[in-house]
Amino acid sequence: MTTDVKRPRSMTSAADTTFKNIIISLASLVLVAVFLYGVVLIAGGFPAFAREGFGFIFGLDWNPGTEKFQALPFIAGSFLTGFGALIIAVPLSVAAALFIVEYAPKWLAVPVGYMIEMLAAIPSVVYGLWGIFVLIPAVRSFQSWLVGVTGLDWTPTGIGLMSAILVLAVMVIPYVCAIARDVIQLVPNDQREAAYALGATKWEVIRYGILPYARAGILGGVILGLGRAIGETLAVTMVIGNASEIAKNLFSSTATMSSLIASQFGEAGGVQLNALIALGFLLLVFSVIVNLIARVVITKLTPVGTRL
Amino acid sequence: MSNPFQVQVAERTASTAAIRLEAKDVSIFYGDKEAVKKVGVSFRSNTVNALIGPSGCGKTTFLRAINRMHDLTPGARVTGQLMLDGINLYGSDVDPVDVRRRIGMVFQKPNPFPTMSIYDNVAAGLKLAGETNKSKLDGVVEKSLRGAALWEEVKDRLKAPGASLSGGQQQRLCIARALSVDPEILLMDEPTSALDPQSTARIEDLMESLKEQVTIVIVTHNMQQASRVSDTTSFFLLGDLIEHSPTAQMFTNPKDQRTEAYISGKFG
Repeated sequence: MTTDVKRPRSMTSAADTTFKNIIISLASLVLVAVFLYGVVLIAGGFPAFAREGFGFIFGLDWNPGTEKFQALPFIAGSFLTGFGALIIAVPLSVAAALFIVEYAPKWLAVPVGYMIEMLAAIPSVVYGLWGIFVLIPAVRSFQSWLVGVTGLDWTPTGIGLMSAILVLAVMVIPYVCAIARDVIQLVPNDQREAAYALGATKWEVIRYGILPYARAGILGGVILGLGRAIGETLAVTMVIGNASEIAKNLFSSTATMSSLIASQFGEAGGVQLNALIALGFLLLVFSVIVNLIARVVITKLTPVGTRL
Repeated sequence: MSNPFQVQVAERTASTAAIRLEAKDVSIFYGDKEAVKKVGVSFRSNTVNALIGPSGCGKTTFLRAINRMHDLTPGARVTGQLMLDGINLYGSDVDPVDVRRRIGMVFQKPNPFPTMSIYDNVAAGLKLAGETNKSKLDGVVEKSLRGAALWEEVKDRLKAPGASLSGGQQQRLCIARALSVDPEILLMDEPTSALDPQSTARIEDLMESLKEQVTIVIVTHNMQQASRVSDTTSFFLLGDLIEHSPTAQMFTNPKDQRTEAYISGKFG
């Protein structure tokens, strides 16, 4: 047995230095990529910004024929579909997470959790097809029923905002639910016991012991879900109708920023191309803003003494 | 569901020094394993009762059976009778939620609700019981914090988060929280094992005054603590209750030689 491993000190530290340099350059590469990404989008989108001014963000008129490029309908579309999807997905996800952690026996909790995570692995084009063949007919019959009851002069198509919201809700559930499940699992058992020992029922334990403790983490999952919903392109493009106008009601055809880029990029040229790139830049800015707000809110909601 | 506890409340103050809590042939199982074996013991009103013994002897298991915390452990099962003021806590008409309102608990590690203020932590139990009257809540919060010897330190910052207090203060906050629902029994599961000596001393002093309001059952690993704070001591070994005696007698003149071996530090 050799007890004396001859490893010159200088060699070790040289290897350390080399490794450190490699790590730093790889990390910087990411920053450079993000920077270039921003530069390209600003440069490409600038002519559209210059032409429309603030109207690009606040104007309603998008018409390649008359070369008007005002993006408010699509900004609105992105937020309407995103928040609409959250309104449906968050209660379902948190309820499913509570069921998995607090109620389900192990033999049921594991497969249910696994199946919910599986939803995240399904390609978005499959969601789009499901939207076309299942959701749209369902929404159309609901619309017909609504027209029958109220006498509104809608043409029931099933295509539009509502279908996009529903398809996004299903797509967002695995993200929100997986994170909610993990943070609920991380709530220390002594919090549950503290509530039980005060004479809390199971629901009260969840209400006073678990959800307040887990709220920051759950919100983190919700924000991630919002980011996913706003960024989702293909499935939305397949069901939203791609009309360049702001949604007049819950069922009308409209478009989101990403769905508009996807549906018009192929045949776009000139200023229209600039406008689509500018829209891409806006999408980037909104993602950054949503994430910054999320950070602030999460820090505020994290209970004192549990901050990592 | 009729509440068998309600009848007893009026009689409660009349019968001091009466037997408050009594275990008859209590066995506790985890699956097939019998962790506590046919324990019979009784605790009188307004006393501090220590449960001692080496790790794994069943003392914490027994403590957690008293407020039916074991109902929450999968596979745990209790046989025999645990009587509070003559009512079997495991009777078919008894709701564990009611049991836990009557029998408060303080845990090994301080566990205030971290998103709640000091005030809300103490008021939590009352709010769970449906109390909404602000002045009533104010009064009980102050009384409970005074009872836990914490009022003077926190009265100017009741809105501060409960988790912003020091460890010893947090544990006294948890005691105040348990006191707020006016329990008859207070269970303490090694309440000072996570605290520094100074905070430990404060909580030990506190127990002396607490027993005017409640009957205390405390699990402790620390035999000096048992001899300092308790009126009776029960020594558990491998799930059996070996000896239950007045504390002074247990530590000077134990009846069982296994007790003597344990308290003189021969094992454990």
